[in-house]
Amino acid sequence: MAATKKEPVVVNFAGPFNAPIGGLLTWVDQRFPLMSQWKDHMSEYYAPKNFNFWYYFGSLAMLVLVLQIVTGIFLVMHYKPSAAEAFASVEYIMRDVPGGWLIRYMHSTGASAFFIVIYLHMFRGLMYGSYRAPRELIWIFGMVIYLCLMAEAFFGYLLPWGQMSYWGAQVIINLFDALPIIGPDLSTWIRGDFVVGDATLNRFFAFHVIAIPLAILGLVAAHIMALHEVGSNNPDGVEIKQNKNEKGIPVDGIPFFPYYVVKDILGVVVFALVFCAILFFAPEMGGYFLEYNNFIPADPLKTPPHIAPVWYFTPYYSILRATTEDFMWVLRIGVVAYTLLILFTARGCLPKLLAALIAPVVLIAMGVIEAKVWGVVLMGVATLIFFLMPWLDKSPVKSIRYKGSYSRWALTTFVVVFLVLGYYGTQSVTAMGTLISQVGTLIYFAFFLLMPWYTQMEQTLPVPDRVTG
Amino acid sequence: MIKKIMAAILLSALPTLGIAAGEHVHLDRAPINTSDTASLQRGAALFINYCLNCHSANYMRYNRLKDIGLNDKEILENFVQPFTGGKVGDLMKNTMDVSESKVWFGAQPPDLTVIARSRASGDGSGADWLYTYLRTFYRDASRPTGWNNTTFPNVGMPHALWELQGQQEMKPTRVRGDGFMASVDKPVLAKPGKLSALEYDRAVADLVNYLVYMGEPAAHGRKNIGLGVLIFLALLFPLIYALKKNFWKDVH
Repeated sequence: MAATKKEPVVVNFAGPFNAPIGGLLTWVDQRFPLMSQWKDHMSEYYAPKNFNFWYYFGSLAMLVLVLQIVTGIFLVMHYKPSAAEAFASVEYIMRDVPGGWLIRYMHSTGASAFFIVIYLHMFRGLMYGSYRAPRELIWIFGMVIYLCLMAEAFFGYLLPWGQMSYWGAQVIINLFDALPIIGPDLSTWIRGDFVVGDATLNRFFAFHVIAIPLAILGLVAAHIMALHEVGSNNPDGVEIKQNKNEKGIPVDGIPFFPYYVVKDILGVVVFALVFCAILFFAPEMGGYFLEYNNFIPADPLKTPPHIAPVWYFTPYYSILRATTEDFMWVLRIGVVAYTLLILFTARGCLPKLLAALIAPVVLIAMGVIEAKVWGVVLMGVATLIFFLMPWLDKSPVKSIRYKGSYSRWALTTFVVVFLVLGYYGTQSVTAMGTLISQVGTLIYFAFFLLMPWYTQMEQTLPVPDRVTG
Repeated sequence: MIKKIMAAILLSALPTLGIAAGEHVHLDRAPINTSDTASLQRGAALFINYCLNCHSANYMRYNRLKDIGLNDKEILENFVQPFTGGKVGDLMKNTMDVSESKVWFGAQPPDLTVIARSRASGDGSGADWLYTYLRTFYRDASRPTGWNNTTFPNVGMPHALWELQGQQEMKPTRVRGDGFMASVDKPVLAKPGKLSALEYDRAVADLVNYLVYMGEPAAHGRKNIGLGVLIFLALLFPLIYALKKNFWKDVH
């Protein structure tokens, strides 16, 4: 059968090579959707022209993903996933493998950089309502990527087999121990041994280098396909597709190629400046990117006095540690108060019915199951609650620019609380620290759970028809 | 009203950021310079003579000492053959039996390859800790080894450098407190060693300098490459900025 009949590809950037390159591309295009893909995702993907600073972090996250995969491949060539050899093999990479230190530092700095760009990318979404209809699936795919990223970081952190690797994994796996009935067996099953050991290291290695990266790549593809289906949001939260010219092109849209390609390259240069400054001059980042205790080989008989996860997990770690027996009383009051709030003020029967059914179950469970388990539950819910954003936000407008003062204060407070919780998660337990973490935990959940109320009560500003500036 | 409550919450959270938990040890700043190859060589000699008998440096090869200005022949003749009789590419292992060391010291002496990195904390760098630690041994008859240390109380290690420093004892010392004089027990030199106090501090600084180098041999080259990379990126930035401006000139 003959190749698909399509218009020949015309090339006009390569001088004397225009004809041969055009011929080659035509040959490929008749056998593969080359030009249609290029147009759909690049040269005729119209993005709003008013992207600001916060819109760099999506492409930067992709860059860091590629960086982690490429450096990871080279690390795996020299790393030994064995309890007896892992620590030594990392030092071998740092000393005896030519350029090994550079690859390893790119990977370790890249891990923290990944979370920095992802947190900023998520904050952008929260600010401009990028999770609102019709972008719920983009947000959900993104949140699954975030969960995978946390799993990826957790599995990868065991691999250097230092004291913090070992005891961090031990603490997190022991959390499953707290679950009623299945807990102890479940945690043994996860470890593959009664303590964290060689079996644990091997399975974590498998997850870190194959399973999770594969899942992340697929999810990133889905994230971008969903984005390009509905189109990008923007700082004004205006739908540019509602205002098209006679050719069907959004009047406030510009093609991603070349405009945002060249703009994102500028972002890459600035990012690379910051990234390289850390990589070459402070790869430990004061003990936050590479913890000092992790330069001591894992010792199952010596528990470090202070076990702290890496900085990107510490907000959730604070929530875990804040959930004490005393705090359970505050949570009980919170559940009752929230149920009453729903019963008296929610519209429709379904929320009321659900609240009336779920609240007694939760309250009884709180009486039966110990606080440690609830700490794990709250930590899990704190990460999963982001999934509900598209349905919690009831504001008539998308962007923080046109929302009222409640939303602005709520988001500002949430960011501050997230940072404060993160800070206390790096510190040893003190009475003051626990109290602040408990208040922080309440505010953290209030930001989400009260959102349906405060987004409806406030006075919003009029949204313009076209994007501004 | 809501705004005021929110502001109050935000403000109340701010001062807490300054609170740090845990006990703090005062550490002296280590006067080291990892580009001083003479100091690194003196430190390497001290390390191999005084430390490597009980401790190991299992991830460090002897011939890496070429980084600090020695050649293979010098390394082999001065550092390898007199001690182990091995090869220049060997790792710095030690020959002490682990079970014996546990009997003698209560624990296996830790590997020292990355000790300068692992000893860093909020109180100071790993170099500061080591520099302070190696100068605060004192005689203590209640300890099995006869030695104790103010930086690492009840440490299992005896004072390996006592020949050089001499012997310190705890003596009440008058120090300036918050506006008044107080008496604090401090290690004071009771029997001098081969070196004066100043010479000993200098020797410890050399040793610590070497330990810092050994913790990350790539550190020196890393900063040089980093400078080049940052200069390249700084020069690239205006070009890319101009490119972006040019492409975007028709967007209004």
